[in-house]
Amino acid sequence: MYGVLLLLALYAIGPMVLFAFNALKTQPGLAASPLGLPTHPQWHNFVDAWQQANMGAGLRNSAVLVIATALGVCVISGCAAYAMSRLRVPGSNFFIFYLLVTTALPIQLFLVPLFYLWTKLGLYDNLFGLIVIYWAIFSPFATLLIRSFMVGVPKAYEEAARIDGAGEWRVLTRVVLPMVWPGFLTAALVAGLSAYNEFMLAVTFIQSSDKMPVSTAFFSFKSGYTQDYTLVSAGGLIMVIPVLIAFLLLQRRFVEGYTSSGMTG
Amino acid sequence: MGVLQMDRTAAQSVQPRRGAGRPKLRRTAIGFAFMAPLLVVNLIVIAVPGALSVWYSFTDWTGLGPAHFVGLGNYRHLLGDPEFHTALLHNLAWTAYFLAVPMAMGLFGAFLLSRIKRFQMLFRVAYFIPYVVATVVSGSIWESLLSPDQGIGDGLANLGLPWLKNINFLGDPHLALGTVAFVNTWQWWGFLVVIFLASMQAVNPSLYEAARLDGANTWQEFWHITLPGIRPTVMFLGLMTVIWSFLVFDYIYILTQGGPAGSTDVLGTLLYRNAFANQQAGYAASIGVVMALISVISVSGFLYLRRRGWDI
Repeated sequence: MYGVLLLLALYAIGPMVLFAFNALKTQPGLAASPLGLPTHPQWHNFVDAWQQANMGAGLRNSAVLVIATALGVCVISGCAAYAMSRLRVPGSNFFIFYLLVTTALPIQLFLVPLFYLWTKLGLYDNLFGLIVIYWAIFSPFATLLIRSFMVGVPKAYEEAARIDGAGEWRVLTRVVLPMVWPGFLTAALVAGLSAYNEFMLAVTFIQSSDKMPVSTAFFSFKSGYTQDYTLVSAGGLIMVIPVLIAFLLLQRRFVEGYTSSGMTG
Repeated sequence: MGVLQMDRTAAQSVQPRRGAGRPKLRRTAIGFAFMAPLLVVNLIVIAVPGALSVWYSFTDWTGLGPAHFVGLGNYRHLLGDPEFHTALLHNLAWTAYFLAVPMAMGLFGAFLLSRIKRFQMLFRVAYFIPYVVATVVSGSIWESLLSPDQGIGDGLANLGLPWLKNINFLGDPHLALGTVAFVNTWQWWGFLVVIFLASMQAVNPSLYEAARLDGANTWQEFWHITLPGIRPTVMFLGLMTVIWSFLVFDYIYILTQGGPAGSTDVLGTLLYRNAFANQQAGYAASIGVVMALISVISVSGFLYLRRRGWDI
């Protein structure tokens, strides 16, 4: 049984290991032995890819995108989840249904009018414009996730705070938030990773190379240099290493976040 | 706890609060104030452009200038458009493949993992890693591994599998769609393993003990206990697979852009090309509406059957 599991692990990890080897080969070395170890590691491939693919600017733009998306999604979803689980909102069930429908709708349905709307509003080719779109598409899932955490918190704590004269804002920030922060952390991780890896909206809404996040910066580099797989591999590794580090450090929470998105019951 | 389950528990959480000593109206207003940011971004980005898309699907809009109402013209054009037929067929093939192969791989991997004690965590992490790799990167991993002259095919040919030499997996119209699906599978199946495993761990262990006492073999345990035990998860992921299969875009755009010769074109790439290359925004909108209808029909059908008491 462990033999089969090891084979499956090889299938999952092997391609990435070969990709890392390719990043360290010379081009003739890669053509001569596509499966072999890099005999003379070419560390300068990473420097070349970094410069030619504009990875520095890409990673900086992606950092802005990821942080602004994660924070915004937490604020937007936290407020909405609090309202739906704790405050009197008529039609709360309808909102939950609406959010479910929104998550199942294809982005392609609203992509075309949104593109022209964003062009008119000056939000096309603008990181903030992309961030607002990410807020809208990642918030419904985060709201449902955070709400499920909030429903689990006993109401007695809040009642006590209200009797002591605390307003809604104080109740939320001082009583509820400290108890549901794992939900926020999970939502932030899922939204942040999705923003970092997202491709279709980034390639549609960001055009100038100095504003591109790392995903589309790498894509345009790869499309221009398809024959030099050593540099493309090095660039791809630069993009993926921050995610791998974050994932290995926080894998339980990542898995929990994704599991809640895919399970019923 | 999944989203569809949340739907069911919703009713419990909105009980009216008694005796807080404030006017009800004020609490309602505060409630809406807290909902406002979500509603505003949702309206601007999703609801209004979505509704506009439905309107534009009845016009000859190019993306610039005025739009003229053309009735059902775009939809009639869709019915007779061979590109649309091909794309829809590819989406259907994609759906059938993803319902069969990755689901089976995910169930297999999760079942094996659920039966081991040591290193379970380690294998789970290993299988999940491809899922956190960005699509652009996993696309380029396989683009280099499958390249005809510098890829693993060439390497394996040198190791004694000569029929793998010089195959252009992404450039051959007969192989391209299958190759893209293969690459997507590599990234996707570990996600299924993790979710199926979490679901399997919730199956009552005493059922397995009873089955073992009755002399059931491993396959019988899987078929009669594990699979019925995780059926809601399998059904939900099946529904998600159907929805995502009709929306697929990233891998195809990144690896082949719909080519060679339209052999990997799907609704997503067809829409994109019409909207941003052919200046046929109205026609593209009608493709978007068809894609949305497919999603909505899938979800409603699923919810309807569940409400009718089907055990799915």
